[in-house]
Amino acid sequence: MLEIRDVSFELEGDTGPVRILQDINLTLQDHRFYVITGPNGGGKSSLAKIIMGIYQPTSGKILMDGLDITALSITERARLGIGYAFQQPPRFKGITVGGLLRLVNDKNGCGYNFLYDVGLCPKDYVEREVNASLSGGELKRIEIASLLNRKLKIALFDEPEAGIDLWSFSRLTETFRKIHNQYNNTTVIISHQERILELADEIILIAEGKIEQQGDKQKVLPGILKGCDCSKDCLERGEMTDECNR
Amino acid sequence: MNAIDSKLLEEIADLHEIPQGAYNIRKNGEKAGRRSTDNIEIKTKSDRPGIDIIVKPGTKGESVHIPVIITDTGLNDLVYNTFDIGEGSDVLVVAGCGIHNPGKDKARHDGVHNFVIRKGARMRYVEKHYGEGEGTGERILNPKTIVEIEEGGYAELELVQIGGVDSTKRSTEATVHKNGHLIITERMMTAGKQFAESEMIVELVGENAATQIVSRSVAKERSQQMFYPRVAGREKCRGHVQCDAIIMDQAQVRAIPEIAAYHEDAQLIHEAAIGKIAGEQIIKLMTMGLSEQEAEDTILQGFLK
Repeated sequence: MLEIRDVSFELEGDTGPVRILQDINLTLQDHRFYVITGPNGGGKSSLAKIIMGIYQPTSGKILMDGLDITALSITERARLGIGYAFQQPPRFKGITVGGLLRLVNDKNGCGYNFLYDVGLCPKDYVEREVNASLSGGELKRIEIASLLNRKLKIALFDEPEAGIDLWSFSRLTETFRKIHNQYNNTTVIISHQERILELADEIILIAEGKIEQQGDKQKVLPGILKGCDCSKDCLERGEMTDECNR
Repeated sequence: MNAIDSKLLEEIADLHEIPQGAYNIRKNGEKAGRRSTDNIEIKTKSDRPGIDIIVKPGTKGESVHIPVIITDTGLNDLVYNTFDIGEGSDVLVVAGCGIHNPGKDKARHDGVHNFVIRKGARMRYVEKHYGEGEGTGERILNPKTIVEIEEGGYAELELVQIGGVDSTKRSTEATVHKNGHLIITERMMTAGKQFAESEMIVELVGENAATQIVSRSVAKERSQQMFYPRVAGREKCRGHVQCDAIIMDQAQVRAIPEIAAYHEDAQLIHEAAIGKIAGEQIIKLMTMGLSEQEAEDTILQGFLK
């Protein structure tokens, strides 16, 4: 179980501190599937990065199974079983896809088979370098595989669908569901996509640094689909309009 | 062979025992072992220090190892080695120099390697430089490589210097004739107060001659590096120069690639980049459970592979 208690987060802006998150209180239960949604700039990624330890909250606490992890480093949190898939993953000259996936100690087994789950054939990719020769979509899928590869307690995915084509996308939603059921971890996906929202047990709507709404999918989803900011958001993304079913 | 010799040979030539095929081992300025084969002859030069390595035309799949090791302090070793890679042959040449300097005086090895790659021949050349030793004496390596590739010939030079060499000035000169192809990959890492300079000039003189130069380096601490790769296209040809450096701490790196075209159909490209490790890269690897130091090492290791 992960508890976020009174977490606020500020970043230094040009004209002084900018409040990104304000008094967030959230409990993520074991084995639940959460989707965080809401308009761009609302604080979703910042919250995920605070959970991973990439950002330090300005105030508040984070507890994992009762243990205060607020002061722990990224590495320590990773070793406790928190994983984060980047929205824009970095590239590595000279490091192969296989080499990158082999770096983790807490392997889920199955070698490179997770590449199949993200629509990549391991034979074609294991020896390729994670460099500029990979397209944005390929890089994104490898990033997702780098989490599926591990035995995580909490898996955070930051807009996993961005840059992924339609065909792979439907496979990906299947993969998220399968992995979640199989490994019984807590899955948190930041997304604007209806099909991903459909996967959730619970939906958390974050806007302007606050939790606007939180609850079971059945309760929250109809309201969101009726016309919250994220539908506008969806239409704004030219490349993804095919994905938007409305 | 003692433990230090073995360690040096392993570092520079991946050798754990006497190599297969032809070899010549030079230790502290003297011959320490040699074997010629039916197709590869190694003989001592008569006019100056060094050896001639003659590969018979048509020799395929054979290798020559010619490591040099220095374990004495105060030694200044200079050799001239000449390689004649016969027409239509396909061979691997493994050179390299390891210095274990136990004392306070300089230990220095300057090797001049002269290659002729005959018509249609292929050669892969691996040269590793490595230094170690508990002494305060400097470890200095100044290699000079001269390559001539005849029509349709192919050569791949892999030049590696990963650690322990205090000062190096490397010079590489190549001439590539019609349909010839030369690939040079250079890997360099310096630390402490080390200094490394690498100068290259590749002359593409024949029609459809081609070259690719890829230099990757890491400069740590207060070390200094300078790269000066040049390609001149004098016929219809292709050339690509890429210099890529990671800079850390208080190191300094200068990269000055030059391309020069003397023919309308010469296609030449150069790219050069210097930068520190991206913070995002370190963070990504830390989210996979690596410590910051492990993340940095992994990134550098990959970059220099």
